[in-house]
Amino acid sequence: MKKAEVVAIVALLALLVAPLAMDRYLLSVFVLVFWAAYAGQAWNVMMGFAGLLSLGHSLYVGLGAYAAAALFVHFGISPLLGLFPAMALCMIAGVVVGWLGFRFRIEGVYFALLTIAFAEVARIGFDHLTWTGAAGGFFLPVSRETAGQWWNLRGGPLFFYYLSLGMALAALGICWALRRSRLGHQWLATREDAEAARAIGINVTRARIVAVLISAAMTSLAGVFYAFYYNNLFAAQIFDMSRSIDIVLAPIVGGIGTLFGPIIGALILIPLGELLTEATRALGINAPGVKAIFYGLGLMVIIALAPGGVWPAIARRLGIGEGRR
Amino acid sequence: MSLLRLDGVSKRFRGLVAVDNVSLTVEAGTVFAIIGPNGAGKTTLFSLIAGALSLDTGAIAFDGARINGLRPDQICMRGLARTFQIVRPFPALSVHENVAIGVMARESNVALAFARAEESLRAFDLWDKREQRASALTLPDRKRLEMARALATRPKMLLLDETMAGLRPPEVDRVVETLRALNRDTGLTIVMIEHVMRAVTSLADRVHVLNHGATIAEGPPKQVMRDPKVIASYLGAEALG
Amino acid sequence: MTLALTIEVLIQGLLNGLVYGLMALGLSVIFGVVRVVNFAHGEFAVLAMYTAFMAATYLHLDPFIALAPIAALFFVIGYVLQKTIVAKFIDRPDHQQFILLIGLAIVIVNVMLLVSGPDARHVNLSYAYDAYFLGPVLVDKTRVLAAGGALTVAAALFAFFRFSMTGVAIRACADNPTGAAVVGLDVRRLYALTFGLGLACCGAAGALLVTIADPTPTLAPAFTLLAFTIVIIGGLGSMPGALLGGVVIGVAEALASLVVAPSMKSMVSFGLLVVILVLRPRGLMGRSAS
Repeated sequence: MKKAEVVAIVALLALLVAPLAMDRYLLSVFVLVFWAAYAGQAWNVMMGFAGLLSLGHSLYVGLGAYAAAALFVHFGISPLLGLFPAMALCMIAGVVVGWLGFRFRIEGVYFALLTIAFAEVARIGFDHLTWTGAAGGFFLPVSRETAGQWWNLRGGPLFFYYLSLGMALAALGICWALRRSRLGHQWLATREDAEAARAIGINVTRARIVAVLISAAMTSLAGVFYAFYYNNLFAAQIFDMSRSIDIVLAPIVGGIGTLFGPIIGALILIPLGELLTEATRALGINAPGVKAIFYGLGLMVIIALAPGGVWPAIARRLGIGEGRR
Repeated sequence: MSLLRLDGVSKRFRGLVAVDNVSLTVEAGTVFAIIGPNGAGKTTLFSLIAGALSLDTGAIAFDGARINGLRPDQICMRGLARTFQIVRPFPALSVHENVAIGVMARESNVALAFARAEESLRAFDLWDKREQRASALTLPDRKRLEMARALATRPKMLLLDETMAGLRPPEVDRVVETLRALNRDTGLTIVMIEHVMRAVTSLADRVHVLNHGATIAEGPPKQVMRDPKVIASYLGAEALG
Repeated sequence: MTLALTIEVLIQGLLNGLVYGLMALGLSVIFGVVRVVNFAHGEFAVLAMYTAFMAATYLHLDPFIALAPIAALFFVIGYVLQKTIVAKFIDRPDHQQFILLIGLAIVIVNVMLLVSGPDARHVNLSYAYDAYFLGPVLVDKTRVLAAGGALTVAAALFAFFRFSMTGVAIRACADNPTGAAVVGLDVRRLYALTFGLGLACCGAAGALLVTIADPTPTLAPAFTLLAFTIVIIGGLGSMPGALLGGVVIGVAEALASLVVAPSMKSMVSFGLLVVILVLRPRGLMGRSAS
């Protein structure tokens, strides 16, 4: 067995049994890590594979969350069924954004701003939509009777730990398969040079739209999870640009276009945030913002020192194949 | 049988005529060279044929069907592959991946595509460098990669845009040899824009000369090279006195 | 009466828009020359608002007077920032520049939060409630002054780029950095100057903004987005475009708050953004792609 495979299996086993030694807090931290890894993986399909910089992925998180939550609250539809319309809605939104962008040759920074604009429009829209609570927030009922209904995504910290772990692993698997597929290779070609890709028979617009569709569909599930994990939705939070930024950070820090980048990035960033919270508390600094200042500085240092991401550097050192992206 | 046929093709950029009413016919299985001084509109003509630019007037037919109006990827799938004058490899990908993605134009099985890439890689002496990143290659290697990738799409016709420029004479001879073998053994039709005359004279069956976007001569290489109009266009009218 | 009110709101939007336009002008200049998108632009604008607030509160400096020293201060900040940090990111891909500047934005917002807290700060001006009457239409004096200030600064910047040697050199640099370097221009210094000028616009705009809005840290990301929207509508890299975009957005938002609801106003500007991107992807006054 190759060294990389041994490492992977050991890590997986550790993650499976780890909850035994975890308290509620640690479980919640890992849920955040897996969520960030999952969403980062979804974003990476667009940016890392197809070279489309989206800074508005909160659009798909929010739409997915609101769609599944509204179906559950208003019609009692299980999120396991509700996730399909949620996905469909996000894919429609993705096609609209993508079609506008590609049809009118809106690329690079302009495309990124288009994605932000759509997320902002959705944020303001949902802030006024009374059907889902408008600015007052949209709350999912939490009661003793429904406590164990896993099919309604009702459960304790352990349930969400394994659910989020499963999602992160599934995303890894999907991205692994995509990366090796013909489509994955055509995405890379498109990312590297769209004009040259066209010249060797790649329908660039279609490849890009498919990337947006897959990314949006995957991200919508991150939204469904969010809704049923937190049980409350505020448009001002879920559609906020800061959420989009959180989503892009893990893969960028970990290594864009790599399979393990989003995971490594999430494993660095989420604990870094938590550690900073703990550290500022331990030092008796009670002021707001201190943690975020260090976080911001940390980002600047990481991107200055490891521009290609942390994972390719590690992989090269370990002699694992993914050093190249 | 004619494989490519241009009828009165014109293109202007903001009033400036880049290609002026050009008509030409390329027979299947031949090597056809397009020459002319810098700025004669050769690369623009290629971009029009390959669908990267849309033409203002005229029509282009390939393999008996009209192709103007099609997207570049559709034209590639019809069997017409091109290289770029300023090479455009996929820099972060390996040489092998670059060529394999070309093969994938007609091969949906990824493993098979990588296997079939070997043929094109070997034809252009890149097999030993297949693991390298394209960005790490020297310019002559990048030129070869450009041709290998285009060839990998299994075209009926290859459009080569100054692929010899920047190559040393022995390298030119090697590429000429490769192209001649492809043309002879597989019947591949080649249309080339070329400044390196030794490549043109040794490969081309016919030569088409452009100046200021318009055709000034066409014929076998030897005859065209003696044409006073052609000499004038290259040397400037004063040289003839 | 409704007509008078409508005209009033439109004039308000127009005047606000000119100040927004000045802020956006800074972003546009930086992108047009250095080719870096300053994702911390709104943060710098709000920082300038706080600076003007402090100058007014502790030094009793009128914001319209503090404008010049604040612009100078922000010029220095921009110059140093470009020279020390951003210069290393010039040739890096978009997303890396984005992370660097987002990191900086996070730092700035939270320093403001730490120092001043989340509450909005208000600058008291003795003439805050003065107004001009044009028949039945009432126009705030502060807004007129702020818009006038914005136009003055913008005019000075236009003049600089048009008539000064350095300005012409910067424009040459924007058109063709390699060529500029070949003819012996110090591209790195010109970039630093440009970043400085961009932030100086931002600083001046902040000093003016404090007379028409109260700074809070949360305003910053909204301003960054606002600046982007304006610049894209006007055309990235076009200087008159930034002012025009500012006016378009200012008027559109003013109309939206009158007709729909104040909270919906930024939806209108984003809607406008999408429409402009579709109809004119390079903005109202942007150069065409090819």
